[in-house]
Amino acid sequence: MNAASLIQAVKDRFREAVTGAHSYRGDATVLLCRELLLEVARALKDDAVFRMNMLVDLTAVDFSSFGKKRPPAFFASSGVAVGPSPEIPDQDPWPGPPAHPPGAGATLARFVVVYHLFSLPLKHRLRLEVPVEDVEEADPEVDSVTSVWAGADWLEREVWDMFGIRFRGHPNLKRILMYDEFVGHPLRKDYPVNKRQPLIGPVY
Amino acid sequence: MDPSHTRQGTPGELETREMLLNIGPAHPAMHGIIRIIAKLDGEQIVDADVEIGYLHRGFEKMSETVDYNGVIPYTDRLNYVSPLINNMGYCMAVEKLLGISVPERCHYIRVIMSEISRITDHLTCVGASAMELGAFTVFLYMIKAREYLWELVEMVTGARLTVSYCRVGGVKGDLPEGFDESCRKALQETRQVLAESDGLLTRNRIFVDRMSGTGKITAEDAVSYGITGPFLRATGVDYDVRKDCPYSVYDRLEFDVPVGTRGDNLDRYLVRMEEMAQSIRIIEQALRDIPPGPFQVHPETGRPIAASEMVDQAKMGNIPAIADTRAVTDPTLEGSAKPLHVNIAADEKRVFLPPKEDTYGNIEGLMQHFKLVMYGHGVRPPKGEVYFPVEGANGELGFYVVSDGTNSPYRVRVRPPCFAIMSALPKLLIGDMMADLTPTFGSVNMIGGELDR
Repeated sequence: MNAASLIQAVKDRFREAVTGAHSYRGDATVLLCRELLLEVARALKDDAVFRMNMLVDLTAVDFSSFGKKRPPAFFASSGVAVGPSPEIPDQDPWPGPPAHPPGAGATLARFVVVYHLFSLPLKHRLRLEVPVEDVEEADPEVDSVTSVWAGADWLEREVWDMFGIRFRGHPNLKRILMYDEFVGHPLRKDYPVNKRQPLIGPVY
Repeated sequence: MDPSHTRQGTPGELETREMLLNIGPAHPAMHGIIRIIAKLDGEQIVDADVEIGYLHRGFEKMSETVDYNGVIPYTDRLNYVSPLINNMGYCMAVEKLLGISVPERCHYIRVIMSEISRITDHLTCVGASAMELGAFTVFLYMIKAREYLWELVEMVTGARLTVSYCRVGGVKGDLPEGFDESCRKALQETRQVLAESDGLLTRNRIFVDRMSGTGKITAEDAVSYGITGPFLRATGVDYDVRKDCPYSVYDRLEFDVPVGTRGDNLDRYLVRMEEMAQSIRIIEQALRDIPPGPFQVHPETGRPIAASEMVDQAKMGNIPAIADTRAVTDPTLEGSAKPLHVNIAADEKRVFLPPKEDTYGNIEGLMQHFKLVMYGHGVRPPKGEVYFPVEGANGELGFYVVSDGTNSPYRVRVRPPCFAIMSALPKLLIGDMMADLTPTFGSVNMIGGELDR
């Protein structure tokens, strides 16, 4: 199936769950609402039309500084103030980071959890995006898909480690790349790139 | 000790209990820094816990602070046994984001270089795991073959390990003079080494006994864990990104995808050996089909002139005299002189650096160069997100790049192939003997650089 017909098929099948779709640069992308993710994931894996039996990748993007001026890199400042050159224009533009909730007056969701699926028998790729709001005093949460694809186990641990997004129903949600005593989540945009933390030795 | 872990013997017998054995982070049989905590019942592994992250360098965070070409040196350090494939994967992802394509010769150069890398990667993996089973000779032979190939890599890129050869929209320089011949020679030598190693290993009783039936995984489990590459193909699933989602010029080249049947260590070894033979086949076809480079000579002497001389001429404003001459690649410009540029760089001035003759020779070239290298300028792709998979030596290597329209990527995510395999490692180990850990872990071909990023 090509990107357009795949998106149409997903839209028809999961009418309530899909909140948007695009196929920027030919990558079929579907935006899902958080509540129905697990249901959609199961159906995508088992349904004869989709047969998405491989979870290729699972990651997240922090859109909190999208479109804002970035802090200068700590090692690359010439000190000379120059205006940037314009970006290369695009004929078929990207719709932009997912808004949440969809519709008018929406604000950008801070996090987007991104799933890249591949179907081995049917050879098509699909990207699922699940916008997650940043909740005050609690970690944002999504349903875990470990029961659908076993490979999600470590990938979800990595997203928790790097972005602080919790996965409901994950069997063993703990840090994977950083050490347990590490404070904060390094790939969040508000985590400074040059911040240092004391390396705490192994705890026995 | 937890009472459920002890097994009380009947009176008169010895009491036995399960033992926790900590292997790593630094252990001679570990191919990187990683810790496996195995629970043993006698010699059998009953449970295993894998701990990673010792080599975490913050690749993804660092990528957000540099410009698009600045990420390339970091990608070298992901899979440091086949850095050229990482380079290619990243550059093709950004090119997809930009919506540009590279010249045909450049595609072929990239294919040749990434297949050479695939062979070096497989040689390292097979050689090292054979050494761990006592076959030291094979290791030396394979490292010898790898040396021939790395000499080729050095000839083209100027470096052996941290090559940084690809650029967004092209490669750093064209293939050097005489590459064709050296490459064929190196491949012939490699083929010989493969035949020798095959003779030493494939029907070797000790080797086969240790590899066969150990570290087994079913096709279903492997797919569920997201395992790709030779590891998945050894279970019988014929998924290869080069065949199923062809990129670059792979759809024009003829090659077979070897698959196994049992999904054990021996099958992985056999798949890797056959893949090296197929890669040699791909390189030979690519060398045959590659569009020729420029063929211009000095109008007076009839001989090519050195690129550095061209630069000197251009600095003095003597452009017409050198415009139609052929450059000899030399160590200072490494194949990126003006006449070669048309073959290696995309026709997009906002992406690729101009040839040095233009940078030094005219104001337009100088400005183009300046706009690309100056901090805060550089390549500025449109806002968007793309995912681009290539077939790395260990499996699908995907780059997911998000751009916010500025000169540095908003987010770069790499999908490391051995991450999925490592997450399935406990499943591979449980039920096997302690000594089987060595061949199983060897066949995983864990690369710390891409696993921990």
